[in-house]
Amino acid sequence: MSKLAPMLPRQRPYSFALLFVALAAYLPLANFLISAESAFHLSLFGVNLIGQIVCFAMLALALDFVWGLVGILSLGHGVFFGIGGYVMGFYLLNAAYSETKVLPDFMLFMGWHDFPAALRIFEHLPAALGLGIAAAVAAAGVFGLTTFRARINGVYFSIITQALTYALMLLLFNNDLGLGGNNGLTGFTSIAGYRLAEVSTQVWLATASCIALAGAYLLLRAIADSSLGHTLVAVRDDEARLRFLGYRTDRIKLFTWCLSAAVAAVAGMLYVPQVGIINPTIVSPVLSVEIAVWVAIGGRGTLIGAVLGAILVNSLKFWLSAKAPSVWPFILAGITLLITLFLSNGLWSGATLLLRARKTSS
Amino acid sequence: MKTNTAIYVNGLSVSFGGFAAITNLTLEIRYGETRAIIGPNGAGKTTLMDVITGKTRPTQGEVFLDKSIDLSVLDEATIVRQGIGRKFQKPSVFDALLVQHNLELAVRKGQAYAAMLGSRLSGEQRARIDDVLETIGLADNRGRLAGTLSHGQKQWLEIGMLLATNPRVLLLDEPVAGMTDQETERTAELIDRLVAPERAIVVVEHDMNFVGRIADLVSVLHEGQLLGEGSMDKVRNDPRVIQVYLGR
Repeated sequence: MSKLAPMLPRQRPYSFALLFVALAAYLPLANFLISAESAFHLSLFGVNLIGQIVCFAMLALALDFVWGLVGILSLGHGVFFGIGGYVMGFYLLNAAYSETKVLPDFMLFMGWHDFPAALRIFEHLPAALGLGIAAAVAAAGVFGLTTFRARINGVYFSIITQALTYALMLLLFNNDLGLGGNNGLTGFTSIAGYRLAEVSTQVWLATASCIALAGAYLLLRAIADSSLGHTLVAVRDDEARLRFLGYRTDRIKLFTWCLSAAVAAVAGMLYVPQVGIINPTIVSPVLSVEIAVWVAIGGRGTLIGAVLGAILVNSLKFWLSAKAPSVWPFILAGITLLITLFLSNGLWSGATLLLRARKTSS
Repeated sequence: MKTNTAIYVNGLSVSFGGFAAITNLTLEIRYGETRAIIGPNGAGKTTLMDVITGKTRPTQGEVFLDKSIDLSVLDEATIVRQGIGRKFQKPSVFDALLVQHNLELAVRKGQAYAAMLGSRLSGEQRARIDDVLETIGLADNRGRLAGTLSHGQKQWLEIGMLLATNPRVLLLDEPVAGMTDQETERTAELIDRLVAPERAIVVVEHDMNFVGRIADLVSVLHEGQLLGEGSMDKVRNDPRVIQVYLGR
């Protein structure tokens, strides 16, 4: 039984979304209403940290949807997160410029005198949100269409995604591209008229991230539970069998791939205003591999496991990389090693097995 | 060609980079019959199935369904929708899905993917699944994960999945390999039940007793060519067949 492929948790699958909604409700309470002396109070730093981690959790969720369910291991999901992030950066630059009428530093260094017209299309927030998702889906679509039709699978696919994220990083490092080179985009002032420096703006951004995570989880879980979801698992288990039942598996893969890219892009768009900067390291191959590590530690193919894995690893990372920065990589490597050796389906499956064992023994 | 021809293989040659897997093969399979294709390893049996199902393209010649549809130019999914079902050599079921969901995917073949998001199965489709479960003897196991079935049960489930698509041509690649004698006997009974006037069944198999039990006609392949064809008894006594295959 334990050798079987990972399973989506069966009992009350949608209740996990309530957890994120509860967190969303707690954040403003904890910061505005609960007094600073209370143990339940959250400082701006704490709220901001939770907001960022929740964005990473959403990114992990997106990866698990294609990796855990369909069996497509992407080692380049940072690309879609980065596309969303950069598009949000374009919008925030527009907002800052219309407020201050001062060009961002990197544009001044390049000798520009006007805000570039190409970036003006990201002037309005709803349009920018739409364009961010569209750009990520378009990139995923072109890449997916070619690779899935050519039936590139397994490690070959993973290696290509890793090369893709590396190529995008090199491209973005290039100053002549006009996107700030290795410094990236920064100097943001406000979003939709609200000042980013205000505590309340940051609290609401973190709250919005939690709600977005709940929404994304519900959407992906509902798809996974439908008949269409069964075809995803079927692609993972035996793609040829499904093809010989009359299904065009390349289209199934393309659909999930693009949907996953869209979720990753939304996560990236929520992340950038909370950290206040976007630069090419977000699409570094290292981060993309890390996403896969979060999912593997949490439990592949369960959706909720990926979310919890990302939350757990990133919380540990923020805590430990401040306390003992030099040992953090070793600790992460150690955890990964232990999980692969003893809990090949991740912490979530381990917890389920434990629960089941206790139930049968009592 | 007679009027009830299901599959007509005409002057088929397939070569892989100089190696000729099939050379100028002509073969006719009719509706209502169970045809066995036998031959030693490398005779081209599986390659023939690959060509019929669109997995491999012929170097020369063509394969027709109903004398009119040229299968050698269609892709796999289109060929399946024409009514050709194939069972693979190793049991190929979806381990992480329930038995009934395995069959559900088969019943829903060719449905628009958007429709699969919300729609429930029609009464007719549910009846078909129940029917198939009864036929393959897994009615009591419908709620089990396919991965927990025994080897024999998985083979039957896969045959059931094909049956659920109601194929006109059923291709079975070594259906009883690795089965116990009882399982083999049950598979033979199952195949007997699949015989229908509007369906052709093609079985590739090494187990001669099993072939003799189910096949109306036997075609012997050797090095990509047709060596002999006829009833099991006739083939069994053909000296050339004995030399290359049976007598070893």
